[in-house]
Amino acid sequence: MKIVATLRRLADRIARTSSLRITLLAILSAMVVGAFIIILSDIDKLKNGDILGAVHTVGSAYWALVVGSFGSLRAISATINSATPLILCGVSVAVAFKAGLFNIGATGQMLAGGMAALWVGFSMDGPVIIQVPLAVLAGAVGGAAYGAIPGVLKARTGAHEVITTIMLNNMAGFLVLWLLKTNMFQRTDRTDPISKLVAAPGRLPRLFGFMDNRPDLVAHAGFIVAILAVIVYWWFLNRSTSGFEFRAFGMNADAAQYAGMHTKRLTVMAMMFAGAFAGLAGAAEVLGTYGYASQNFAGNIGFDAIAIALLGRSTPLGTLLAALLFGALQAGGRQMQVDTDVPIDLIVVLRALIVMFIAAPLLIKSIWRIKVSPTSLGQTFKGWGS
Amino acid sequence: MQLELQGITKRFPGVIANDNVNLTLKTGEVLCLIGENGAGKSTLMNVLYGMYKADEGQIVLDGKPVVFTSPADAIAAGIGMVHQHFMLVPVFTVAENVVLGVEPTGRFGSLDIDKAREMVREVSDRYNLNLDPDAVIEDLPVGVQQRVEIVKVLLRDAKVVVFDEPTAVLTPKEIIEFFEIVKTLIAANRGVVFITHKLKEALNVADRIAVLRRGQVVGEVDPKTATESQIAEMMVGRPVQLIVDKKPHAPGEVVLEVKDLSVVDADGRTMVDSVSFSVRAGEVVGIAGVQGNGQTELVDALTGLRDSTRGNVSLDGVDITSDSPRERHAKGIAHVPEDRQRQGLVGGLSVAENLILTRYHDEEFSHGIVMDWPAAHSVAENLIAEYDIRTPSADIDASTLSGGNQQKVIVARELSRPLRLSIAAQPTRGVDVGSIEYIHSRIIKERDTGTAVLIVSTELDEVMALSDRLLVMYRGKIVADLDPKVSSAMDIGLYMAGSRPASAVN
Repeated sequence: MKIVATLRRLADRIARTSSLRITLLAILSAMVVGAFIIILSDIDKLKNGDILGAVHTVGSAYWALVVGSFGSLRAISATINSATPLILCGVSVAVAFKAGLFNIGATGQMLAGGMAALWVGFSMDGPVIIQVPLAVLAGAVGGAAYGAIPGVLKARTGAHEVITTIMLNNMAGFLVLWLLKTNMFQRTDRTDPISKLVAAPGRLPRLFGFMDNRPDLVAHAGFIVAILAVIVYWWFLNRSTSGFEFRAFGMNADAAQYAGMHTKRLTVMAMMFAGAFAGLAGAAEVLGTYGYASQNFAGNIGFDAIAIALLGRSTPLGTLLAALLFGALQAGGRQMQVDTDVPIDLIVVLRALIVMFIAAPLLIKSIWRIKVSPTSLGQTFKGWGS
Repeated sequence: MQLELQGITKRFPGVIANDNVNLTLKTGEVLCLIGENGAGKSTLMNVLYGMYKADEGQIVLDGKPVVFTSPADAIAAGIGMVHQHFMLVPVFTVAENVVLGVEPTGRFGSLDIDKAREMVREVSDRYNLNLDPDAVIEDLPVGVQQRVEIVKVLLRDAKVVVFDEPTAVLTPKEIIEFFEIVKTLIAANRGVVFITHKLKEALNVADRIAVLRRGQVVGEVDPKTATESQIAEMMVGRPVQLIVDKKPHAPGEVVLEVKDLSVVDADGRTMVDSVSFSVRAGEVVGIAGVQGNGQTELVDALTGLRDSTRGNVSLDGVDITSDSPRERHAKGIAHVPEDRQRQGLVGGLSVAENLILTRYHDEEFSHGIVMDWPAAHSVAENLIAEYDIRTPSADIDASTLSGGNQQKVIVARELSRPLRLSIAAQPTRGVDVGSIEYIHSRIIKERDTGTAVLIVSTELDEVMALSDRLLVMYRGKIVADLDPKVSSAMDIGLYMAGSRPASAVN
């Protein structure tokens, strides 16, 4: 439970102290440290004293990142494609966090939602206008159902959601593996765990589908689903009665109970909402990106989503922007690997550095000489200063 | 030793916390620094203690200007600070805590715990602190923990000891013991700075009283000649009604009826033990008692936050024992909880949101699943005006308000609707004089409109002033049912301590 307490403190601190400025400076700091890593990793140039060459490598690597993520229609499409599941899973983690819960289970919920969407996708044979939305909806329902499990466990028995969601991630992984070997899901001509294909009309349409000559533009309508999800999340949080309950409960569970809120119901509801968003991510991947499911179609997205929600401070816009940033890094990283000798792993390092700097606002403040506000010094000055 | 603060000014963005403050501290006397919350007392002491750097002015020690850049400098100069929230390691013993940072070491740099014990014992004996060096902090009552802090400061050879709101966490008995310790310190020619907002205590213990208002010293008074209302007026800047002004009460029908109510806590201990009482319309019933005698559990059971194990509660003759908090709320029960930070407010939500925290689901604010924020806002604006809540806007976080204004938010929310029963626990804890006056007057106004009022407070003065009938709770039972007009504070104090006054023994 110590880890949980530490995580909660960390998240609280991020939510409290980060301002937009800190966030931007954290990203900038990460880029600077990343630059040094690029220089250091190019030992040959350093040995030869080719400092200029090393600096040039940094320049071209970062330039490739920009070009690879936003430099062309193809790059933008790749960014959108990478960002789509990140946005949805980011909202999943964010909505749970707003209710004071840590959803580490976006991966499992994504798998559950993806499988549900997939099943509707390849087994139904209706008009596209009904079938595709239905399959997407099935993704949300599947994810919500899987998210309900840790919610109910917490409400009924007090089992901590961090533990249960991690366990449920593993269970989902094996469940998918098993399902992919059953006759119902497995592709008929295959022996490895790979699912039947969703016929093209049943898939999420490609965003740039109207450009007949550009099959390389992979972005699909899952992005629209993701944007809608962010809007729904914003509306829910700020305009709905339950959203108010979520926020009150998340910030002060005792006060929520005092105010007569049904805190157990809120716990289950929050995990179901979180599961639904992650399930949509699964649906988007299966119905949009792949057209089928393999064993590990969720990849690392559910975990990246935690960093995204933290970076975006769980706000709708912040989460969206953070997910777009991560998506852009992902897309640009591929370009960087091709154009320069810098491996795509640098992206992982950059993401880690960003989160680290966000988590240490005082470090950022001292690096960039931002005046320390009295609030960060002690409890004596509640309400004064920043 | 003589310490002078000369022309100290400390600014924070948007606020001048200290404005050209001049003060002199001497050993052998108690200087009391009194002022409302936010008057700048703590800032001033943090400047003195090296936590903040003053924007203007200087600190002069025995005629020589000194600069403190950290608490270490201040400690070296003989200044010690006992914070309101203790800085102790709960799982360490008294001796271990006291020597933390100045550990006596034996050979090979190992901790010489025997020496540490001896040091604690020596200081404890010299100042009559009565401390066991081997006791573990978390097992000790708050009053004793405070003495550990005092020993810590004395061992670091403090000539002047600053106490920041030292009595806020103490029971009445511990407060008396604390004042004894202060006297011992003075007798040993140490200086004491006592920060408080409680008038009685200041008059009781101080040799000089400096009154702070909005960052300025508005005057020094002599406790031998000054009166409470005189100091209160200096603190607030206008005359303050210290005595609750109330008409004789006209009790009506029984509203709240509690019969044989028992409540156990999470560990299975009986905290409320077969309690029976009633509260009538238009009557204030006060429950006095030392903290931890079952008042919290009783209030929780009455408001539905905790299940009772036995007995029942009825409102206007209708059994509400198994009603949820929300059902009770709907039946006209208001609840001002004892801990506003933990229960009464959500600090991260705005003032407006907090003002509707228990009513957000009403038709007025919530249409189906959609909140009507404009409606909430207009209600909030009205309440802010009506209850004189000092806030720059309804949209800022409630956590940024002062304690008194936070409490006004809760009182406004809970009392601003038709009520049958109003339950207020510690309604003025940590609240400044001006707000206390206002909150008390609202409670009495509520009574006069025919609401039944139940006040639970550990402040004896408060329950005596507000109540028409006074119950005393001790170890989960109600041990006395008194008329506050004819009972003495002394007698009530004896009931609170579990004994009976001689006059009551028959």
